[in-house]
Amino acid sequence: MIGNIIGTWIAATLTIAILSFLYRDNPLYKLAEHLYVGVSAGFWVIYTWSFDVKPMLIDRFIQATGVEKWVLVIPAILGIIMLSRWIPKYGWISRIPISFTVGIGAGLGITASIQGFILPQIQATLLPLTTINNIIIVIGFITTIFYFYFSREHKGFLKVGSRVGIIFIMVAFGASFGYTVMARISLLIGRVYFLLHDWLHILR
Amino acid sequence: MSWLTKIGTIDRRIIYGLVLLAVAIPLLFKMILPIRVSEPVMMCFNAIDRLPQNSVVMISIDYDAASEPELQPMLVAVLRHCFAKDLKVILLGHWALGLPLGEIALNQVAREYKKVYGEDYVNLGYRPGYVAQMVGLGREIRDFFAVDYKGIPIDSFPFMRSVHNYNDIDILFGLEAGATGDAWVQYAGARFNQKMFFGATGVVAPDYFPYLQAKQIEGIIAGLQGAAEYETLVKQAGSAILGMPAQSVVHGLILLFIIIGNIGYLLTRKKK
Amino acid sequence: MKRQVPLVITFLTGVLLVVTFFIPHEPFGSLEQRFLIWYTIVAGFTYLLGLDSLVRYHLLKVRDRKEGWFYSIILILGLVITLILGFYSWAKFRSPFALGCPFMYLYTYIIIPLQATMFALLAFFIASAAYRAFRARTFEATLLLIAAGLVMLGRVPLGGWLWRQLATLIGLIPGINGVALGKFELFARINDWIMDIPQTAAKRGIFIGTYLGAIAMSIRIILGIERTYISSS
Repeated sequence: MIGNIIGTWIAATLTIAILSFLYRDNPLYKLAEHLYVGVSAGFWVIYTWSFDVKPMLIDRFIQATGVEKWVLVIPAILGIIMLSRWIPKYGWISRIPISFTVGIGAGLGITASIQGFILPQIQATLLPLTTINNIIIVIGFITTIFYFYFSREHKGFLKVGSRVGIIFIMVAFGASFGYTVMARISLLIGRVYFLLHDWLHILR
Repeated sequence: MSWLTKIGTIDRRIIYGLVLLAVAIPLLFKMILPIRVSEPVMMCFNAIDRLPQNSVVMISIDYDAASEPELQPMLVAVLRHCFAKDLKVILLGHWALGLPLGEIALNQVAREYKKVYGEDYVNLGYRPGYVAQMVGLGREIRDFFAVDYKGIPIDSFPFMRSVHNYNDIDILFGLEAGATGDAWVQYAGARFNQKMFFGATGVVAPDYFPYLQAKQIEGIIAGLQGAAEYETLVKQAGSAILGMPAQSVVHGLILLFIIIGNIGYLLTRKKK
Repeated sequence: MKRQVPLVITFLTGVLLVVTFFIPHEPFGSLEQRFLIWYTIVAGFTYLLGLDSLVRYHLLKVRDRKEGWFYSIILILGLVITLILGFYSWAKFRSPFALGCPFMYLYTYIIIPLQATMFALLAFFIASAAYRAFRARTFEATLLLIAAGLVMLGRVPLGGWLWRQLATLIGLIPGINGVALGKFELFARINDWIMDIPQTAAKRGIFIGTYLGAIAMSIRIILGIERTYISSS
């Protein structure tokens, strides 16, 4: 209980320290900022240990038998030589695990983009032009692509198309801005709620 | 005329102060405003509501403390819905710094509904490299999560023994604050036909509407308003419903800022 | 050797994953699964990559008493305490992430407030930017402004309230039922329409372009044309 009270006071102090940046950059803000970086870095180490090295390597190595046991040495070595970047002279060795992860990312990405986005999204745009909304979706989609088509000078038909496209793009950006406002305000509500409810107990 | 042109140059600290007041006052007065439930949220609610007892719901924590006020109330509301309907919940996370938030919500709601760890829900924890994992889960969940977040083998939990891949997961609920949602759709959804719906921050929610229109996802709970809508549907007010009046006031204030800023701008332009 | 080996590895893994997509049978299926597991393991180590430069930079700063060295002590102290509490919690509670253990205490009372408040600052900046920079300078900017305004109004209960007041006013005109009109929720409907129709169309167009670019880049990487990822270090 006392631990929670102390914790809440620490959290409130840190919250105010960060908010103090609104007035101007100051030592209290800098302190909180550095603490955040330090603690976060520590978190990543603990994560790597408890969610990667321990369950995926050590536990498996203990439980596995035969060839499976020794096959695990390969990813362990790949992981360790990734850290060769720490020593500039041998940094190039880390290219091996990097190339492995890049290859996997690229290989998975090609098929996923086609199957998971391009095909279903085009299919969803192939609509019968029987309602105004369907017409708007089709025109909006095609003209937006026109706008981003830079291989030819925007003249004639392409110019008209891209002019219509920018209308849709601006509406989309406006909508995104509207939603972003809500997101940012939500975060502030969360912090003010913490200060009023958990710390000051004004809100019950 | 001079005061009219001056309104275009209010000091930023005054703006900051007004924003702070616009958030604090509605909270202090505990204002409550009626919430209108939108279609995308209703679709999410129905997706859970039509599941039979003991169906398996996978919940992915793809956010961290930076989006907690928006996404945490969604998680709590959906968990309440799941447990009220006696569904089994599997929690995992793809945002390392957010995983504990899932554990906090899970514990809180499980206690409310007297649910037992291992029998009604499990927390698998986190593994790095979400794209590879999303594809790999399509074959065998144990290849990535042989143990839960505490290191206990998942086969020691009765309901997990029959869960092997996406075929055994009835629906996936992703709480999204970034690109992880796209990956879920493209890897688990497109390749393995996994049904899913998202709770998304206001920043990323607009990007998911194309998936909704293409029926690649079942619904979207967008931002704090979406969370308040789900709280309304499960008939249990939480921090989202409490926060919406403050949202309303600040939205009004920002709209006012935009109008004032533009009046100032138009007046100075005329002068020039 | 320094360049060829990585390029061959990228080519082989990339091709294997594309082939497995089309032929998920043995031996490709299980080989892909094995590679995906390895990927997960290796990805964990990348989290440690920045650690040495971070620690070295701040230790040197403290040693040389450079400006702001005191903050560097705080950073290193934060890191060390997190590590101690993390491993202690893991040893004693089986997991650092068990509720009530010291590591979670650190998360609840330090990480959450710091991270959440850092991002909450953006609420102030976005309000200030709306006032300062959101001007109807051109046709496009005006369009963006109107769309943003309508979405902001339609997205919150304020829009509903405002519409009901407007409807009551309109209801003063004989023959119009203000209450029924108020239930129409015009602003919310406009928001829904913008999100479902023009916004969706434009986002789809933008993302198709993005994904086509991503596919082209992936092919270039697999074929070894794009090599920036092995050019550093």
